[in-house]
This record gives sequence, structure tokens and C-alpha cells, in this order.
Amino acid sequence: MADPRIVIVGAGPAGTRAAETLVAAGLRPIVVNEAAASGGQIYRRQPPGFTRSAETLYGTEASRATAVHATFDGLVGKIEYRPETLAWNVQDGALHILHGVQASRLPFDALIIATGATDRVMPLPGWTLPGVYSLGASQIALKAQGCAIGRRVAFMGTGPLLYLVASQYVKAGAAVVAVLDTSPLSARLRALPLMAARPDVLLKGVGVMLRLRRAGVPIHLGITPVAIEGDGEVALLRATAANGTALEIACDAVGIGYHLRSETQLADLAGCTLAFDAASHQWLPVLDQDGRASVAGIYLAGDGGRILGADGAETAGKLAAYAALADLGRTVPDADIEKLRSSQRRMDRFRRGLAIAFPWPAHLAAALPDETLVCRCEAITAGELRHVATALDAPEVNRAKAFSRVGMGRCQGRYCGLAGAEIVAAARGVGVEQVGRLRGQAPVRPLPIAARVDGA
Amino acid sequence: MNEQAADVIIVGGGFMGAATAFFLRQRGRSVILLERGLIGQQASGVNFGNVRRQGRHICQLPLANRSRAIWGRLSELIGEDAEFLKTGHLRIGYRPEHIGMMEAYRDASDPYGLDLELISANQLRQRFPFLGPEAIVGSFAPHDGHANPRLAAPAFGRAARRAGATVVENAEVDTIDKVSTDFLVQTKDGRRFRAPAVQISAGAWGNRLSTRFGEPVPMIVKGPQMGVTEAVPYALTPVLGVSTKDKLEAIYLRQVTRGNIVFGGTGHGPADLDTIRARVDPAVTLHQFTQLTRFVPALAALRIIRVWSGIEGYMDDDVPVMGPSAKVPGLFYAFGFCGAGFQLGPGVGDVMAELIDTGHTSTPIEPFHISRFAAS
Repeated sequence: MADPRIVIVGAGPAGTRAAETLVAAGLRPIVVNEAAASGGQIYRRQPPGFTRSAETLYGTEASRATAVHATFDGLVGKIEYRPETLAWNVQDGALHILHGVQASRLPFDALIIATGATDRVMPLPGWTLPGVYSLGASQIALKAQGCAIGRRVAFMGTGPLLYLVASQYVKAGAAVVAVLDTSPLSARLRALPLMAARPDVLLKGVGVMLRLRRAGVPIHLGITPVAIEGDGEVALLRATAANGTALEIACDAVGIGYHLRSETQLADLAGCTLAFDAASHQWLPVLDQDGRASVAGIYLAGDGGRILGADGAETAGKLAAYAALADLGRTVPDADIEKLRSSQRRMDRFRRGLAIAFPWPAHLAAALPDETLVCRCEAITAGELRHVATALDAPEVNRAKAFSRVGMGRCQGRYCGLAGAEIVAAARGVGVEQVGRLRGQAPVRPLPIAARVDGA
Repeated sequence: MNEQAADVIIVGGGFMGAATAFFLRQRGRSVILLERGLIGQQASGVNFGNVRRQGRHICQLPLANRSRAIWGRLSELIGEDAEFLKTGHLRIGYRPEHIGMMEAYRDASDPYGLDLELISANQLRQRFPFLGPEAIVGSFAPHDGHANPRLAAPAFGRAARRAGATVVENAEVDTIDKVSTDFLVQTKDGRRFRAPAVQISAGAWGNRLSTRFGEPVPMIVKGPQMGVTEAVPYALTPVLGVSTKDKLEAIYLRQVTRGNIVFGGTGHGPADLDTIRARVDPAVTLHQFTQLTRFVPALAALRIIRVWSGIEGYMDDDVPVMGPSAKVPGLFYAFGFCGAGFQLGPGVGDVMAELIDTGHTSTPIEPFHISRFAAS
């Protein structure tokens, strides 16, 4: 019998460890990676010709990053690697991929989806001004190109990435003029019991905060964003401090982000069941402890299934690979798997702690001024969305999308969808879980009409 | 539990049902519109949006003309225009035999006022410079156009409600029983409705309901394969279609003023009446790309951002089911529009309202009568 055909999407920490595990079991998986190099977003490699050290690029995570890179590099020749390849659809046991304009179909016996996460953003007045970036993009500019997003940079949002990116900017010599966090200190204290599940990570987080303080970066907790202002470009960030005083931060660039959102499109297209996760306010694929989705042969690993961070992703990659192997009738090391599961349970406690410490500020969506753009692609405002939710009686987000175009543009709701759902829910006076989620539709990313089937 | 009564109950709140409800109210008839999900959510809301008469069976043209007249008056009738634009509709042919086919259709449709204009290859290039080199003949319908299917049926539903119709969404019909002269309709959640007349306008699900009354029809269900590009400057004014008997090259497209280009054609995908899901076959999408660039080569520079499908009912003779039941007095049908119902929607509503209200129609609909399937 031929070896089973296992396809992995993504070559970050989860995809790398999944591939490593399958190779160790004597298989030759196919790894589809949208980027040119492995590493994912978190361990993104610098372009050829750049010579910064791993310590410079990844800080305290340098050894982990180097290990993931080395593992992947060691798999060359043992896997079928397809870099710069987009997985744009999945249907009937086959992944549909595109490399350049070459389209092809990859049938699989098992599919491990390790597509990671994107920034979670919350609109505010002025967020489309040139000079406003997501936190992830701010970090990519630094990691990939050694560029800062501005000369006087403010960061606003919540979550670990907020502080991490700010400290990386400080370390790189950029002027960070302020860090504004919507989460109050009290939330962090409430989350401590859960976050204590990973004292090492907690300690690193405290270290990042201390470095920012030592560098003299003002940090404001419990703020309420007001607006980003400027004449054609960012000049001022306005917010209200926890004590009610007005904050006016002069700056020429702003990085914003509210923790992360899982990239669930492929799982959705594969027909996997998604359920509302109250902790993160997101619809996530329903998974068992090893990453099995509701559709046989589909597995999720890493931030694409749950935001467990990079080391959680490594563990999840191994677990998903073992799950696929077990389902294909291979023998798997039960004791090792039990250890990995136990580690994941700890990571998940921490994840729930993070969600308490750095909550998604849903109330901000409800309070957005009517004229604020929500959907950048289609230029739809909060007011227009509220109109279709109430006057046109759209009871859920797909109906609101049909009437208003919110989520119909190039990003297909990946960036506006979560805030849009909160606005619809608030306008109708129901919980956000009552207004559903945008149904996934192919392609996962814009697909060139110049694309042609391989060999056709 | 209380029972609601009206002159007419409409089962199915797609475009046909919503428009019928609206026009029944125009005639002063009380009406209850029952919709399983949301108004215009199925095929009515996800089709291409063609407001096209050109190319229809000649027997449909009187109905299409009545509908076209309403499209031009939407704003005054229902308070919004559903983005209807009279842009014209251009069909092109790739081979010499298409010239004769287009001439024959122009002549046959001439009495119906479509004002079709046949355009030679050179003229085509001058007037529509974006066309590819293979187009050798065109047929231009100046009064046709397009509209937004996501908006049209829901707009009729809201207008019907404003006019006094009882529009009930999330009401899946369970049983329809004729008791003496009335129909008793019960929904799955136990609500009961009564009326002396019932219209079945349940689209692809129509056959399941007509079958209950002993009138099964030869219908298959399938899903159109739609897609849309990113937005680019508005340049393709008319709705565009390829006139051909070869399904694999039958692509159609239109650009909305916002800039996106909507397209479909060259094949269908599977659709499921029970799960209420229809899929886009990735192979069809990739094949459509070859036909899009053959038709309009500049499209090769664009990217698509979304594909979708819907659940449409196709009759084996490609003609809808419309008119009174052949077996049950007071029962009416309007379904099975074979993927070409969007343009007809307002006209179907107007004609069905006239039929239910007066017992006859001023527009001929005999070719659509369900009795045509009874003999076999």
C-alpha cells in the first residue's frame, strides 16, 4: 500500500513540528507555505542579505526560533516543500493551491492546517490614515526590513504583542512615544491565577514591561481610544485615560492591535464545525485535544485553531501529526502524547488567562461614531452597518453583509468581521454570539484570473 | 393557538413570493407571506443580477416585457431601485454560425420591442474595444440592464410589509391541507394560517410542495457558479454574455458602478435541498478564468475575491411553472425559473397577483402551466 498522503499548510512553528513528526514516522508530507521562507510570522526570517543576529531579531525567543528554523532546514529532501504557494480552497479531500499562476489540486488523506493568526483590529476614527499599521505589520516591518513604521511611534490596543512590539521598537532605537492599553490593571490581576500556569512566560512579560518603563516609555492602562488625527497622515493620537483625562499623543505613526484572531478560513471551507468561543469572542473550529476537527482527516495546529502562542503551536503541531498518524493506523507513542496533551492544557489555561487580562474591547465597537469606517475594503461606516441591522432588519452578519457590503471586499471580512459583528449585535441589542459569523467563501486570498491549471 | 387568516397565503419568500405579496396588496387583497429563512435569501439573492430579455424563449417575452416595465418604475413603486441600471446587454458570438442564430432571434423577437442591434466584427471592436479578438458578431439589447439581487427581493418584501402584508420570516411550512374551501397551513413551529388561496413560490423546493398535491414536475436542482473580482474603475458598461450552444464557453459578466466585476456561467455545481447548501467547484472557477480572458483579455490582470453559489430549480424543458394548479382549486404555482427568474421577478409578482385576484391574466402564461407535465 502506498504511503498516506499528508498535506500541511503553513511552515511556522506548528507546521514545522508537524512535518518533523511525520518525517520521523517515515512519511514524506507535502508542506505548502504561502511565504518564501519557513518560520511563520512569529519566527519570520529576514530576507537574503540581511545579517542581524537571531538575538537581535527574536530577543528572548532566539533559541526557539533558531531551533524551529534548523528543524525545518533539516527536513529539506525529506518533505515535498512548496514555498510561495497559496492554499486557496479545500474541497472533497483535496487542497487547491496556486504557485505564481500555476493552479493545482493536491488530494490528501490527511490535512494539517497550521495557518496561524492575524492581528485583531478594532476600528476607530482615523484608522485608515497613512501611518496607521497593525501591530503585526509594525513588527514585520522591523523583522523583515529593519524599518520602523515612523519616527515617533505610538502603540495602542491590548495583548502581549502590544508590549512586545513596543519593546522591540525601543530596542531597535525607534522613538516610542506611548503605549496605550485598553485593558485595566485590574483585569491583569484577575487573570493571574490562570496565567500562573506558565510562570516563565509571565515573567518574560513582566520583563518586557520593565524594559519599556526603564526606557521611559509612558504606558497608560485602561484607556479608551478616541481618534487618530492628521491632515493626510498621522499627527495625533487621542484617547481618554482611565481617570477620565484627555490624552493627546503627538506621533507620526500608530500601531494598533487587540491580540490575535485565528485564520480559520480553510477549516471553514473544508466544512469543519465552528463554535463561538466566549473567552476570545471568536468562532473557532471545534477540535479535540489533539487538534482533530469535525471533518475526518482534517486537523488544526497552532494559532489557526487556538491562540496558544509559538511554543503552544509547536506542541500542537506534534499532536496533530500524531493524531493523523493514529487515524491512519500507525502506531504512535502514547506516553509522549500524554505529556504533550498535559502541556497543551497548561497552555490553554494561560490562553484563557490572557483573554481575561487583555480582553477584546467589544464595547468600543458599540460606541464607535456612525461616520467611522468599519469595512476599509468597501468603505462602509458603522452608521451604515447599524442602519442595515435595524432599519433593514438584518438579524445576523451574513444578511448585514448582503445589504451593506461589510466584509465583501478584498479582505473578505478577515479584518472588519469581528468588529462588524459586535456593531450588529449592539445595534440589535443581542449578544455577539447571536449574530453568527461570516460564512467562509473561497478564495482564501484574492486569486488571479491569470491562474491556469497545471498542464492545461 | 391562534390562527391567522387572509385572502392569500404565499409559501416561499423569494423574489416571486415577495413581489406577488406586494402586488396583491396593490389590489387590496390581504396576504400572508411565509418564508423558511429570510426574504430573498436563496437563489433570489445570489444570482447574477441580469435584467435581460435578449435570448429568452419567445414565449417568455410578454412576461419579460411586463417585468421590464416595472423595473423602470421600482423607485416609485417600492421606494428603492435595487441598483437597477439600464446599461444594455451585449451578447457576442465566436463563430460564423452565431451570426445566423442572432439574426433569427432578432427577427423572432422583433414584435416584442427588444430593439436588438446586430453588430459586425469591426464595429464591435470600435464600440467595445475591450472585447477579445475571437468575437466576430454582437447583438446589443439597449433596454436591458442589471440590478443587485441581494437587494431586490428583500426590498419587495419590505414594501409588501409597509403596504400591509403579513410577512413572516423563519417560518418553515410543515403542512398544507385543503379543508372545504380553505387551505390550512401550519409551520414547523406550530403557527397556523388559513386562506382560500395559496401560492407555492418555493423555488427549487417547489417540486416537493407541488408533489404533495399530486403534481410532481421534472425538476433538477443545481447551483450557479458565481464569482466577483476586486473593484477596478468602471469601464464595462453593458452586461456581457457569450451566445453559444457550447456550455463550456457560455460565460457572462457585468461590472457594478462600485467597480467589481461579477461573473458566472460555463457550468453548474451540486446543490442540496436538505442541507440548503450549494458549492462552487474550484475546477469550474479555474475554467471560467480561461473564458473570461478569452472574452475580455484585460481581465487577466485582475483577481477574484469571492465565489458563491445558490440553489436553483431547472425544469427539463427550461420553462418555468407558473399559473393555477391543474388539480386543486385555489392553488397557484410560480417556481422553477431555470436560473433565469431574476428579470422576471416583478412581472411574475404582478401577473400572479392579477391571476389570483381576477382569475385571469392580461399577459399570456399558458406555456408555463403545470398541466404540461400531467400527460406523461
